[in-house]
Amino acid sequence: MTQPQLESIEAELIRRVCGGEPQAFEELLRPYERLVYATAISILRNPADAEEVAQEAVLKAFSKISSFRGESKFSTWLVQITYNEARMKLRKERQHLYESIDREQQDQEGEYWPRDFADWRPIPSELLERGELREALQNGINSLSPMYREIVILRDVQNLNLKDTAAVLGIPEGSVKTRLHRARLQLRDFLAPGIDGSWSSGQNYRKVRPW
Amino acid sequence: MSTVEISCVEVWREISNYLDGEISVELRERMRTHFEVCDHCTAVLDGTRNIVQLVGDGRIFPMPDGFSERLYKKIRERLSP
Repeated sequence: MTQPQLESIEAELIRRVCGGEPQAFEELLRPYERLVYATAISILRNPADAEEVAQEAVLKAFSKISSFRGESKFSTWLVQITYNEARMKLRKERQHLYESIDREQQDQEGEYWPRDFADWRPIPSELLERGELREALQNGINSLSPMYREIVILRDVQNLNLKDTAAVLGIPEGSVKTRLHRARLQLRDFLAPGIDGSWSSGQNYRKVRPW
Repeated sequence: MSTVEISCVEVWREISNYLDGEISVELRERMRTHFEVCDHCTAVLDGTRNIVQLVGDGRIFPMPDGFSERLYKKIRERLSP
């Protein structure tokens, strides 16, 4: 389905919801459940909190649907609401920590250089079926500071394009590129110690390079 | 026509944009020529590409069991007066 086709189907569903047929909202939402959940977990890092925020965000989107003007895609609008809800929850719960998070973010704006230059042996995606690699990737993503984590989730996990990612986060496209770049290199270094055959040989994950 | 050489540092800076096709044809060509002769930068490129592909697989953050059911239950509760 092309983007204009999708948009016209969604516009019709939105008209039905606004016109007193709230059941159409489920059909509108279904393709984006995962997107909403992933956005929430990228900020909250905890499945239970992410689920709670996802539900709140969806209900909020439902109650605000008549204010959706179609200036952005429905999915972008939905992610934006989820993103705001998740940030609000974080702010409420960690008010005392929040300032330090903001400061930490600024401190990391410098350039990041790769640290591991050994030949990269491809890690096959079939290995994701085994919990170990999935867990290592989750840990890697969770170890990024919030501004890099949300970029990776939106761009690489959810495949939002550059423009939509910038719109959701309210930052320039150039910043999306710079942050994504750093996040990817950091993740690569995070996973690099496992590449000496230990990912694909079936052995346990070993940290073969101590740096 | 020979391309202007590019340093490793410049290549690292653009690896992510290279993967996303967000660079000029001219820069792309200079980087491609560099990858042919530089093992370190090729390792960075291969690793980054591999990570992007793994992260985009969709199996990393599975939704909790019953997530959808609970979500639609909430919506229906809201809908029924």
